[in-house]
Amino acid sequence: MTQQPARLGVDIGGTFTDVVLEVGGNSFSTKVLTTYIAPENAIIDGLQQVCGKAGIASSEITQIIHGTTLATNALIERRGAKTALITTEGFRDVIEMRTESRFEQYDLNLNLPEPLLARHMRFTVPGRMDASGHELKTLTRADIEPVVEQIKAAGYESVAVGLIHSYLDDSHEQLVREVLLDLMPDAMVSLSCEVSPQMREYERFNTVVANAYIKPLMKSYLGRLEGRLREEGVDCNIFLMHSGGGIISIESAADFPVRLVESGPAGGAVFAANIAARYGLDKVLSFDMGGTTAKICLIKDQTPKTSRVFEVARTYRFKKGSGMPISIPVIDMVEIGAGGGSLAHVDAMRQIRVGPESAGSEPGPACYGRGGARPAVTDADLVLGKLDGDNFAGGTIQLHEDASKTALSAQIGDTLDMDAREAAYGVAEVVDENMANAARVHAVENGEDLSEYTMIAFGGAAPLHAGRLCEKLGIDRCLVPPGAGVGSAIGFLRAPFSFEANRSVYLRLSDFDPDMIRELLSELQNEATGFVRTCDATSEILPEFKVYMRYSGQGWEIPITLTKEQAMNPDATTFEARFIEDYTKLFGRPVEGMDIEITVWSVNATTPPQPVARVTEVTELKKATMNGKCTFFDPGAGQRINTYKYDRTKMEAGRVINRGALIFERETTIVVPSSRHAVVQADGCIDMVIASDATIPPVKDYSKGAAS
Amino acid sequence: MSQSPSNVAYQVMWNRLISVVEEQAQALVRTAFSTSVREAGDLSAGVYDVSGQMLAQAVTGTPGHVNAMADAVAHFIRRIGVANICDGDVYITNDPWEGTGHLHDITMVTPSFHGGEHVGFFACTAHVVDIGGRGFGADAASVYEEGLYIPIMKFADRGTVDETLVRIVRGNVREPDQLIGDMYALATCNEIGHRRLVEMMTEFELSDLNGIATFILDNSRRATLERIAALPRSSADGELTVDGFATPITLKVKVTVHEDRIVSDFTGSSDLDKKGINCPLVYAKAYACYALKVAIAPEIPNNAASLAPFEIEAPVNTIVNAVHPAPVALRHIVGHFVPDAVYNAFDKIVPGLVPAEGAGCLCNFQVSLRPRTDAPAPAHARRSEVLTFNSGGSGARPEHDGLNATAFPSGVMTMPVEATEHAGPVIIWRKELRPDSGGSGKQRGGLGQFMEVGAREGHEFDIQAMFDRVNHPAQGRRGGGAGAATTIVQDDGTPMNGKGKQFVAHGRKVMMAFPGGAGYGDPKERSADLVKRDLARGYISAETASNDYGLSASDIAEVETAIANGEAV
Repeated sequence: MTQQPARLGVDIGGTFTDVVLEVGGNSFSTKVLTTYIAPENAIIDGLQQVCGKAGIASSEITQIIHGTTLATNALIERRGAKTALITTEGFRDVIEMRTESRFEQYDLNLNLPEPLLARHMRFTVPGRMDASGHELKTLTRADIEPVVEQIKAAGYESVAVGLIHSYLDDSHEQLVREVLLDLMPDAMVSLSCEVSPQMREYERFNTVVANAYIKPLMKSYLGRLEGRLREEGVDCNIFLMHSGGGIISIESAADFPVRLVESGPAGGAVFAANIAARYGLDKVLSFDMGGTTAKICLIKDQTPKTSRVFEVARTYRFKKGSGMPISIPVIDMVEIGAGGGSLAHVDAMRQIRVGPESAGSEPGPACYGRGGARPAVTDADLVLGKLDGDNFAGGTIQLHEDASKTALSAQIGDTLDMDAREAAYGVAEVVDENMANAARVHAVENGEDLSEYTMIAFGGAAPLHAGRLCEKLGIDRCLVPPGAGVGSAIGFLRAPFSFEANRSVYLRLSDFDPDMIRELLSELQNEATGFVRTCDATSEILPEFKVYMRYSGQGWEIPITLTKEQAMNPDATTFEARFIEDYTKLFGRPVEGMDIEITVWSVNATTPPQPVARVTEVTELKKATMNGKCTFFDPGAGQRINTYKYDRTKMEAGRVINRGALIFERETTIVVPSSRHAVVQADGCIDMVIASDATIPPVKDYSKGAAS
Repeated sequence: MSQSPSNVAYQVMWNRLISVVEEQAQALVRTAFSTSVREAGDLSAGVYDVSGQMLAQAVTGTPGHVNAMADAVAHFIRRIGVANICDGDVYITNDPWEGTGHLHDITMVTPSFHGGEHVGFFACTAHVVDIGGRGFGADAASVYEEGLYIPIMKFADRGTVDETLVRIVRGNVREPDQLIGDMYALATCNEIGHRRLVEMMTEFELSDLNGIATFILDNSRRATLERIAALPRSSADGELTVDGFATPITLKVKVTVHEDRIVSDFTGSSDLDKKGINCPLVYAKAYACYALKVAIAPEIPNNAASLAPFEIEAPVNTIVNAVHPAPVALRHIVGHFVPDAVYNAFDKIVPGLVPAEGAGCLCNFQVSLRPRTDAPAPAHARRSEVLTFNSGGSGARPEHDGLNATAFPSGVMTMPVEATEHAGPVIIWRKELRPDSGGSGKQRGGLGQFMEVGAREGHEFDIQAMFDRVNHPAQGRRGGGAGAATTIVQDDGTPMNGKGKQFVAHGRKVMMAFPGGAGYGDPKERSADLVKRDLARGYISAETASNDYGLSASDIAEVETAIANGEAV
């Protein structure tokens, strides 16, 4: 039996379960269909496959890291446990009243999403804290007992507790738990002061309710998974990927399953961050485009940007505000309804619109020939020559260009007086512009200039669109890594153990109190370190300190990263200088005469990043061997170009492809626009770089190219 | 570029402009100091061509600013003079009649230059917390008492800020740092829009916006006119009476669908009120236009061409066409009722499209807290102003229930209670749905909400109430019942008024119940499953279920059992 580490990454996605095994410097991967009823079955299947490929026994696996969309799906599909909420008297409807606004103002028939728990599943108790954490109204066991008796009698399995201002003083929530566990020893209890100790009751209550709602399901799944793996002879630790881009123990995951939401996409961002480290890139835009959505994330200094709140289960065209807010540490990603399956149509203004509605896998894009009559992005890509219809997905699906053309003409071309090719060009241009706009807005919101960035593109549809997106965003360089189809699962294997603890405590710089700050940050550091220690008993654990600051009176805080020295020897002048610096970067100029305040404090404890071997970038360049001719439409050049195609699997490091070409691989095609060259790097990345004498081409008139 | 861009290129550019103004609005939300902007989204941002025609407007924002913003830039061009428009300029006003309806809205306009040529404008508007005068409320007898008036003028001249103006503003308002901060935030957000426009023009090799302007306006005009042409060419009257300040206000409107436009004529509406609830025409127009546009052409973006076919007429010195120097600070109260009046008429032209009446105006109040004066106050007691935005229920729709505690027609959000309690020594003791307040109907009206407000130990306060529908609850459509009326009283039974500044002594609380939306259609036709669901959730009481909807005693018992067992109903 070998002693070398054998690490297994498992990502359960909506359609596929991806499994990657890394052993002895080699990587083995497989994709199996997700088995919804018992997701662990697909994992076992995939595990056996990769162990077989690697020639090792399952008992030789030394570590398993798992991420899953099960938590997200349970929230989207409302498949959670019978759950009750106990909240403060007078606030029974916080999760239902939301922000009291309509997220789409121009829809008279708008309906707001139903809260996870209907009104009769929400109970109230007296007792009240004020905004300084002082008790305004007492809460006694006698107040709580009758409510718990009711909940017990109704047979609720899981109970969420969310009380007003509990992020400042948790004693009332703790008392409720005590009574719950006395009277209902089998109940699963989630407290808002533990799940999400942040100000703003709507977000906090919703987060604790979501946690309670999926806790029984996730706990039972994780228990079953562990059992099945042991039966298979697996004898190693199992860890879970969390939404913040790190990994936690299976026990922590079972207690805080809401932290598993969006763990798959987080793995994708970690995957991109690791490639950034290989190339020593400090400013990276990760671009992950699949069948239904595109996800965009900023990665600075090889660390994905994080945020404190995000929205899951958007119910209305991915529109902001149409989902439920979850306030937990999360990798900050923009997700828009733009993927290979996104459907296109013409609206009342004769504008081409693409997405968010998706063709899915049934009937799929028109070119699948399964009865889809509406054109999808994949249809446009096929008509523009970017896909090889005879060898799609390794030849398993025959693509029908005629069907694509018919759909494009019927739904778009006929209305706008365009032929199928021009309609295809319009669809591709609109979806690329949608993604470019999302990336631009995200960059501006973070005070970043994308022209300094490198793109890392992965996911099935990304290589088809990355080149054009770079042109639109003024990005000079794009890396397309190998293994992009199982990027998230690979990312899991690169993630550190980490846990972020945070707390809302208001402090104006004019009331600066170094002792209090030191104590608070130390407390958060201990809490976060405790979680990481359960995963790794010996490793060094590094704290990352962050505070959220704003001018008193503003509503938007900006995150300020502090060094350990700045955090442990706090002084007001340094805090102010750091804030002014970042504020000015974001908004142009500071505001004179306003007091500054800190609202949220956070410490992320993490094991040191795995050492990354820098890729030695190839210097000896040789022309790549072409694999036949092809023709495709290049929107940047404004014309169809006759050029060559290449086979990715047959190109070794150092091969160069000149401006304008297609590189085919099993799942997708890398489009190299006329504005760019491509080089194969030593690690297999296709490195697409702007050709020095080319400027960024604008959209040119199509009509010339279309006729050719 | 010698040849004109292709259709696809124009499509991309239109997309881009909408994204640019959205970014402009987001920058404002993030940097503004006024709670009304940063928490509640009471703002607007847009891009214009050189002649002042609006090309795109951010979806973030509230309908009240839509037309007002669309018209504002033309006023700026006229007042500043084309010859005086220079690179680096920023213009400002809070003129209620040339801006957005009251002194509390500051509008800033920035000309955009590219390649040395003037190519367009960016404009944005924000509701600021204080502009001096009597403060935000209905108590003024004329606009002179409502605060500082800033005529259309240069805030910055070729990049240099007018320090005299800044000093005058500082000397006239209660929170000078915040207001100046907001003015800079407005200027910055225009600047962000400008930078992005220049990037776009460079990428597409444009030297002016004429081509893209024509493309946007032609397509929008054609699409809007198609919608109007599809309507029956007829005319109908609508009417609505609400509380007003001291005397009720009646809004009368005749809506006429012409071949190429829809005219809302408010002749016959009430005269001016003595208090500051009068509405400048531009603001009434915004809401009349919003009401019709959301009903017949919701997905057509707002711009000069898509808004133009919605016209408004009203005699001068009526409540919807207040002219200088009428007091207009709370013009939103009448403005927010304009859609209900318009819908009462439009429902006769196109039946089955528009909702029943709803809560209408937002249920806002401001509390001015101070150390108690009836006994020695504790040392920590302080003064503080806290403004909150809240909503009643919206009217039931032909196919859907009304929305519970959700703003309509306004687009603003409420603030979190925990954030409000950090803003000052106020305690919100209750903020939850108000059962039985939605008008009964085949589709039920949205529920209003309960709020209870007090102060922390050692404080007393004045509450500035801005509520309506105390005596005039929302009326149902096609047999639907009325929504519940607003109530306001102190916890010891002391009665209070729906509007105006009122004192609340130490230790007392204000108990408020905000109005529900009205129902749509005969309640007897409501599906029994929905009645049971409403009963289970406590949206309606067992009494209402039985009396209004005819739910049987056995069905009621069944629902009660289901609740006790925690089952979904």
